[in-house]
Amino acid sequence: MLARVHRQLVFELRYDTHPPRKPNPRPMYALEVTDLRKTYRNGVEALKGISLQVKEGDFFALLGPNGAGKSTLIGIVSSLVNATSGETLVFGTSVQRERSRAMTCIGLVPQELNFNQFEKPFEIVSNQAGFYGIPRRIARERTEKYLRQLQLWDKAFTISRALSGGMKRRLMIARAMVNEPRLLILDEPTAGVDIEIRRSMWDFIRQINDAGTTVILTTHYLEEAEQLCRNIAIIDRGRIIENTNMKSLLATLDVETFVLDLREPVSQSPQVDGMHIVLRDSKTLEVSLPKKKSLNLLFSELASRDINVISMRNKANRLEELFLGLVEKNNGSATAQQQVSV
Amino acid sequence: MNASIRWIGYQTIVRKELTRILRIWGQTIVPPAITMSLYFIIFGELIGRRIGDMGGFTYMEYIVPGLVIMSVITNSYGNMVSSFFGAKFGKHIEELLISPLPNWVILGGYVTGALCRGLMVGAVVLLISLLFTHLQVSHLLVTLSVLLLTAIVFSLAGMINAIFARKFDDIAIIPTFVLTPLTYLGGVFYSIKLLPEFWQNVSVFNPILYMVNGFRYGILGVSDVSLAQTYGVIITAAALLSCWCLWLLHRGTGLRT
Repeated sequence: MLARVHRQLVFELRYDTHPPRKPNPRPMYALEVTDLRKTYRNGVEALKGISLQVKEGDFFALLGPNGAGKSTLIGIVSSLVNATSGETLVFGTSVQRERSRAMTCIGLVPQELNFNQFEKPFEIVSNQAGFYGIPRRIARERTEKYLRQLQLWDKAFTISRALSGGMKRRLMIARAMVNEPRLLILDEPTAGVDIEIRRSMWDFIRQINDAGTTVILTTHYLEEAEQLCRNIAIIDRGRIIENTNMKSLLATLDVETFVLDLREPVSQSPQVDGMHIVLRDSKTLEVSLPKKKSLNLLFSELASRDINVISMRNKANRLEELFLGLVEKNNGSATAQQQVSV
Repeated sequence: MNASIRWIGYQTIVRKELTRILRIWGQTIVPPAITMSLYFIIFGELIGRRIGDMGGFTYMEYIVPGLVIMSVITNSYGNMVSSFFGAKFGKHIEELLISPLPNWVILGGYVTGALCRGLMVGAVVLLISLLFTHLQVSHLLVTLSVLLLTAIVFSLAGMINAIFARKFDDIAIIPTFVLTPLTYLGGVFYSIKLLPEFWQNVSVFNPILYMVNGFRYGILGVSDVSLAQTYGVIITAAALLSCWCLWLLHRGTGLRT
């Protein structure tokens, strides 16, 4: 009996309360990847020596075009993919050498649906808790807590095959959260989810991060990355081509393009010194504005020409422009390298 | 990782497996019960009466242990291969692969699930057999140990099949072309003493012969092979298959890329 109570207390301490951690003299990285390489059996070199550090508590974006190596990297971190060489440390524990210990820290929301669609959400989430050694009572409580938080409680005992696409995505987030991981990896969690649910998912993930969980996010919605993440790495063709904080990256954007809707039609585009203005149609202007020029200057120049602007928007997301620029530049240098080697 | 975490993980896998078996009871429990009832009626009752005694028992009594062990073999193998391959195919095996559970706990959980299905079906078949004949267990310990070890051996074999399988066809090949012939030729319906010497010598290479006869010895007290040979074969098979399974899980064959 005493042993049972003791065991229970140990679990309560481990899983229910989070005692304050001792200050660490050395910065603790949630993820530290060193010279990571992966070559698949078919000869495809998915990762070509990647090194990356994600600080504890960070909200980190991992971006890249399709086939860049993002999912391979996530697969190695979550131990679903065996690295060819290199090291992966999760909170200082090697995934390659101490897999079990490292995995206690991780929650994964994969890109593809990977739960048994014949099971009910409650079973799926509470079983996952069991796989992490969480006692049944705590597992049930946590299952209810996360299913409620992700607005899935009313579907908790419905066969999960019958859930909508958005609900299935949220179910995978609830499942990943049930072991209350220190590092949550989200591989395109909002793919195919409508905007309302996407925003509620952002709020949820933001709260998780505010509570201290490190979050790594891959997404094709660059607006999502720009709004949520503090640091960013862009991966392309198995290499990191940019690794910085979001503000610094956005600050490198020299020119921003705006689309202006006009009240009255104009016959030709106005010429303003230092700005490139194109007439898209008689009531729409596209203005490329260098960062050193102010919007006030643009508006005063247009006002002096009796041009009234009724609305304005960015032509593309700022991060999107940077992302495309970096990937194109990398493609250019890769092609040049190939030509040199030929 | 402490033992309690592993124990809870193991219990969760077993509970998940049992839930699956009971949820689809129409596929897991009922079909073998119907098939075995037909065996009892056709082979035991109708044909068995014309065959007469075998090994000092009525033909019906003689085939009951064989049919029970045959059900245990096919169901423990079938449960493991369909459940593990299903999880692999549906990718929900990743729930376990990313968990901190060591491979031996995952293997133990799945083996226990398959063992439970084998034993459940075996118990149902045994109960049905009591409608046709009267049985007395001669050696309870032998009966239970052979039953358990046989179920373990075939659930491990099912795991290997599931690990290597890439499509659903691959999980049907071994049961159809290997397991069924070996079971039928393993002395379920006859004593190998009835075979010509050449085929008797061939039969000793069939591991199922030892399981059928070990179990028959436990129930009826007669066997074509010695008890030492029976345990030797079953324990060796269980040990080798366990090592093979653990090695495959460690390498991540068919599971981790």
